[in-house]
Amino acid sequence: MHEGTVETLDSAASPMIPQPFVIRNIRRETEDTFTMELEPETSGVLCSFAPGQFNMVYVYGVGEIPISISGDPGNTHSVVHTTRAVGTVTKVMDKLKKGDFVGIRGPYGVPWPLQEAVGKDVVIVAGGIGLAPLRPALYSILKEREKYGKVVLLYGTRTPSDILFREELERWRSRFDLDVFVSVDRAVSGWKGNVGVVTNLISKSPFDPHNSLSMICGPEVMIRFTVMELIRRGVDPSQLFISMERNMKCGVGLCGHCQFGHYFVCEDGPVFRYTDIKDMLVKWEI
Amino acid sequence: MESLEPILTSHPFFRDLDQKYVHLVTGCASNVRFDAGKFVFREGEEAQHFYLIRQGKVAIEIFTPHRGHITIETLDEGNILGWSWLIPPYLWHFDARALETTRAIALDGKCLRKKCEEDHDLGYEFLKRFAHIMEQRLTSTRIQLLDVYDVHA
Repeated sequence: MHEGTVETLDSAASPMIPQPFVIRNIRRETEDTFTMELEPETSGVLCSFAPGQFNMVYVYGVGEIPISISGDPGNTHSVVHTTRAVGTVTKVMDKLKKGDFVGIRGPYGVPWPLQEAVGKDVVIVAGGIGLAPLRPALYSILKEREKYGKVVLLYGTRTPSDILFREELERWRSRFDLDVFVSVDRAVSGWKGNVGVVTNLISKSPFDPHNSLSMICGPEVMIRFTVMELIRRGVDPSQLFISMERNMKCGVGLCGHCQFGHYFVCEDGPVFRYTDIKDMLVKWEI
Repeated sequence: MESLEPILTSHPFFRDLDQKYVHLVTGCASNVRFDAGKFVFREGEEAQHFYLIRQGKVAIEIFTPHRGHITIETLDEGNILGWSWLIPPYLWHFDARALETTRAIALDGKCLRKKCEEDHDLGYEFLKRFAHIMEQRLTSTRIQLLDVYDVHA
């Protein structure tokens, strides 16, 4: 286990009771991915969270699902979630409009190890929608940029039209204190960027493998190959942190739905130190 | 004219290769440049060279009648482009097109094959190094085939 604190939206409330939040803004990121900005119905409630944490989002009458927080931790007046419309709940969520309500419980889970990353190069590797839970970490790092060494963002996705936070990526790319590399798995003529898996970017990225910490989020297969490539580059396996996805239900380590070996992903994760779970990552039974 | 030997010596592909072999290989090397949009090679052509990309970006493509040019992978600074020079029938299987102005060192395939036949230690070194590149490209292709970002992956 590494550092991390959990602050609840409303510490006085029961952790199992969702608080009503109103949808203030909806932004379409890609054909099937959207970002919602939510504000608490009750004024004065602070939406503090640590990068990497998630909320349980309840779409009334449909169901509740875990969604990582994708907004700026510096903004405590609203909470931002980016998700893909793929399941029963998210497909209904995709049809909600400004002014509609959802229920929120959280934030839950162990965050990214920003304190441990101080003084080191930081290599952020994101795949697909995995960029969403990493964005708050990047906001935090950029806010205190002088505390870190080189900062590299490697982002892989399916096609150019699946790229998330496109304008923000362009802004980040123009910064001199941040290296951003994007690669897509498939492209047709017209795309002038990189084509190939995100792991291809690792060998040529400008960071010192002997003094770096990496945060990785994406599909599990992508995570496994990313870890292999980072270790091949020379990064200490104990300096690799990955965000795991399992079927989280209660969010507070009670129900056992998200059990991963002897861990509950909702409480002991979703961010894990690679060396703590590496033996379980390749076990089919877990 | 400045020798290409120091550039080859410092390239990761030739790391730890005996200097006498680097010297030998330098005799097969030349500087090349491709403007943006120009083909480095075309599918079906004789594979006469392989390339150490020094600057720029090259797309490995294949043309299909209904989908046009599909990019399979892009290669840039530090990457090796092409291994068909090593394997009969020495024909390119894909197109390679410069996406931006690209500078590279071209190594003459026939010249290298001759040197490898004359000295099997050199040939084994080349095969080991290309096997490593092929393994990396095969792994990448397998991950691409998995389509890990698909909803149902």
